[in-house]
Amino acid sequence: MSPSRIRATGLRSGPLGPVDIAVAAGTCLGVSGPSGSGKSLLLRALADLDPHDGEVWLDGLAQAATPPTDWRRRVTWVAAESVWWADTVGEHFRAPDQSAWADLGFAPEVAGWEIRRLSSGEKQRLGLLRALQSRPAVLLLDEPTSALDRVNTERVEALIADYRADTGAAVVWVSHDPAQLDRVADARLLLGEA
Amino acid sequence: MHVIPLSPLDLTLAALLVVALAGLVWAQRLELARPLLIAAVRTAVQLGLIGLVLEVLFSSMNPTLIALVAMFMLAVAGYEVMSRQQRRLVGFWGYGVGTVAMFVSSFGVAVLTLLVMVQPEPWYAPQYAIPLLGMLLGNTMTGIALGLDRLTQGLWRERPQIETRLALGESWLEASAAVRHEALRSALTPIINSMAAAGVVSLPGMMTGQILGGSPPMEAVKYQILMMFLISAGTGFGALGAVQFSARRLFDERQRLRLERLRAKV
Repeated sequence: MSPSRIRATGLRSGPLGPVDIAVAAGTCLGVSGPSGSGKSLLLRALADLDPHDGEVWLDGLAQAATPPTDWRRRVTWVAAESVWWADTVGEHFRAPDQSAWADLGFAPEVAGWEIRRLSSGEKQRLGLLRALQSRPAVLLLDEPTSALDRVNTERVEALIADYRADTGAAVVWVSHDPAQLDRVADARLLLGEA
Repeated sequence: MHVIPLSPLDLTLAALLVVALAGLVWAQRLELARPLLIAAVRTAVQLGLIGLVLEVLFSSMNPTLIALVAMFMLAVAGYEVMSRQQRRLVGFWGYGVGTVAMFVSSFGVAVLTLLVMVQPEPWYAPQYAIPLLGMLLGNTMTGIALGLDRLTQGLWRERPQIETRLALGESWLEASAAVRHEALRSALTPIINSMAAAGVVSLPGMMTGQILGGSPPMEAVKYQILMMFLISAGTGFGALGAVQFSARRLFDERQRLRLERLRAKV
């Protein structure tokens, strides 16, 4: 068995847990469970955005021993609803990765687009690209295709699969769609079952 | 030069204007008549009391008494700052942050002014110290209250944005920068506006009062300029400190946004 990229023991936050997880490099853990079972809380605890009990390690390095900004750049949470603050898309990116943009169906001139004209699906895809900029070692995806049609859902699934293969990143993927988790996940975690 | 004394009849006539306004407002079914009248009564009672206190203070020149009055003014200003915030910090700092910021900035600026610039004899002479402190506290109070209210409301409203920025690896300072800047802008805008409009649009109250009291206009103007500068320094330093400290309190040692450290909206 390969060593885990991200590992957590006794993780507890609100109604969540305690849960133990371990995700090996290049693999994906699919998380499902009813509303209120703590799927989003799990991701937020892994990203250290909420106070939580339990220990988390990235490549053997403890979360508590890593500066929070470094941790979140390496273990990056992508919220279900992406939030934007500047006027145009490009202002949220340092140097757009043209090939990843093309994989999700965006031409370079999209950088000049105004945020307020984006559809929710475009925002969701761009939110993922924004999170990939820092080349995180662990991606925490909360319903990453909830606003997407089938074509774009497939594009996102393929992009994440390529990213895992290229970088050895581990992925924790929350979805309410069992068929999607069958496609993308190597292991499954069901929350909220007594 | 002497002041023309105001008779009780003069004040009664002015009060009748306010009562007439309240009547008109009440007739229009606006919920403003009560607060207007209560505020008017408060003005008369509070100023009457402070007049008595100042008479005693000016004749006694007792430093302990002066310090007590100063502390009382600070305590009330601290309470005002707290009560003007829709969401304030829980626990001691809900009251403490504004009060400490005003103590440092208003008292600091007032003591510096008395010791170095105005130099009355003794330096704590209440004719100078109390009005100076009163004007500083009154203005820094407004600035700090506006700044803190804008900060806590902003952090509350912009929580998704701030957490997204944190998730992308920004520090708490970067993630909260827009909200903090907005808070400081609202704290400083009133004094910037009144400095910009002074003498052109408005004749500031202190200067008007001195001229009515018989001071030569140029002397009154110099005091007014001094006062404006002191108010902007006091408000600016106080608001900077209060906003920065409160923002820091709303993030923890892991730079997580901790909005549960704010009270529910009142």
